[in-house]
Amino acid sequence: MHIPDGYLSPATCAVAYAASVPFWRIALKRVKRAMNSRQVPLLSLFAALSFVIMMFNLPLPGGTTGHATGIGLATVVIGPWAAMLSVSVALVVQALFFGDGGVTAIGANCFNMAIAGALVAYVVYRLVAGRSALSSARRVVAAGVAGYVAINFSALLAAVEFGIQPMLYKDAGGAPLYCPYPLSIAIPAMMIGHLTIAGLAELAVSAGVVAFLQRSDISLLRGTAGKVREQEEAVPQAVAPRSLRPLWTGLAILCVLTPLGILAAGSAWGEWMASDYADAATRHQIATASMNHAAPERVPEGLVRLSSVWTAPFARYAPPYIRGAAFGYLLSCMFGVGLIVVGFLFLGSFTRSATRAGPDSA
Amino acid sequence: MSDFHPNAKGGFIENTLEGLHFALSRALYAESSASRAGVMQRLDPRVKVAGVFAMVITVALVTKLWLIAAVLILAVGMAVVSAIPIGVLASRTWLGAFVFSGMIALPALFLTPGTPLYGLPITVQGVRTASFLVMRAETAATLMLVLAYTTPWTHILKALRIFRVPVVFVVILGMTCRYILLMLETAHEMFESRKSRTVNRMTPAENRRLAIASSGVLLHKTLHMSNEVYMAMQARGFRGEVYILDDFEMQARDWFALGAFASVAAVSILLGR
Repeated sequence: MHIPDGYLSPATCAVAYAASVPFWRIALKRVKRAMNSRQVPLLSLFAALSFVIMMFNLPLPGGTTGHATGIGLATVVIGPWAAMLSVSVALVVQALFFGDGGVTAIGANCFNMAIAGALVAYVVYRLVAGRSALSSARRVVAAGVAGYVAINFSALLAAVEFGIQPMLYKDAGGAPLYCPYPLSIAIPAMMIGHLTIAGLAELAVSAGVVAFLQRSDISLLRGTAGKVREQEEAVPQAVAPRSLRPLWTGLAILCVLTPLGILAAGSAWGEWMASDYADAATRHQIATASMNHAAPERVPEGLVRLSSVWTAPFARYAPPYIRGAAFGYLLSCMFGVGLIVVGFLFLGSFTRSATRAGPDSA
Repeated sequence: MSDFHPNAKGGFIENTLEGLHFALSRALYAESSASRAGVMQRLDPRVKVAGVFAMVITVALVTKLWLIAAVLILAVGMAVVSAIPIGVLASRTWLGAFVFSGMIALPALFLTPGTPLYGLPITVQGVRTASFLVMRAETAATLMLVLAYTTPWTHILKALRIFRVPVVFVVILGMTCRYILLMLETAHEMFESRKSRTVNRMTPAENRRLAIASSGVLLHKTLHMSNEVYMAMQARGFRGEVYILDDFEMQARDWFALGAFASVAAVSILLGR
């Protein structure tokens, strides 16, 4: 994740620096206002903590190891703006003195991990944690998910920065001057490692340390918790089930709006049918959507063979017995929604009956 | 961390201890190396920071491999006249950067479209782009190592003021550097004491719990230390304003070195476009 020198063009690095500077300025102002002069030692020590946590190679399921950046944890404890500064400082020290990440790429590394990472972690943490009590398991899950999503978002940003290099910078002979891999390679290559290994390390550290703090010093979680339910330590009372009416209303509105889907021209990429390969207009659409790679002259044999295995009653959301396309779309939508609702009702009743049967059978 | 750990094998505690020891030894070596008698050590830190940063940017800008190689040779020359042994360069920079960037660059040999090289499944363009990646990473890492091993770290941070980095940021960076060493030592002691009490191999789940609990304890120590440091700062008269002593003074040799860095960068950029 720490982008070294030479992987990004100077122009990309300059843009990343320019994008980071306003966030650093805002963060300095906000932190100064919020914490007064205590900020200096706190930010320094949190940066040092982030540096040390990055050195813990965490054993992960499957026999592999990964290290966390601590961005999720820092955000949950000291807030997104202070975390942004602390992790930026840790990244600058790593680049300057420990050869981890390039000097020209400091702006990009800080933007990806410290700035975007902290903001994403904060939004996800607040959304998932909601107004749950500080001691609730939901806060642990929220911290873990925040760390996981933040590190993956950072990785995605880095992958996009890598992926645009060969599109923009090549020498006269066509050799890419910086990172040679296009988006189609850079994104999966980065994301596979982060969705599995690095993301899990971040998840484990964020969730684990928040669980640890719940037992050792819960007041540390109050700063970023927002409004917390008052009955934190009280005996949980019976809570009236929430009304589902707004959900049903929203679902009904979305169903009515589904015919808008007809306005979109062409098929979604990769969702072509065998008949599309014979149609000149659709072939042109496929080529345009595939970076001018023409579709094969003949329909792929496997596609022909497998597509005849099952014929959907509502193929392409247009039942053959309905003339109006909009009505066909609406009917398909209602049928699909109805099936899902019935499926979940059945699952719910099955789960309830299994729960009731549980204690008796034990 | 992308630093190369040649002996990184064994359990979680051993590997973590080794990583912490590696970082500590690098910092301590840099401190002793910066106080040796050498050409770079005698220069004003501002000149070194500006010069080395200019060279790193030059390496990123030029599009000719021989020019990047020339800057690498120059960086090695700077290391040699500054009492940094080639062996240190090789073990602490070249090997790590080569392994890391080499692994990333390797598929580019096969995946980059272009003219096949002598009938092999690799292309001329692939070899060129992989060389760019590895050469740039090696050269920039060498330049930064020369800077970090010939200048006290606090001086490098103070010299960042020439880039208009806010004073408060420079102070935070300086304090971070100091506390990183302290935290590394604390973490090292924690893991060492744990290792001395461990008689059996720990399972991955136990290792995970240990890492998380250690992170939590370090977090507590961090906050505790932060309060203590703040009180100590207040006791010494800190009222929220930060100042740093700008005690650097340019000598004739510094102006000469600055001119040399600027000339090399300008000529390289002109030739390498």
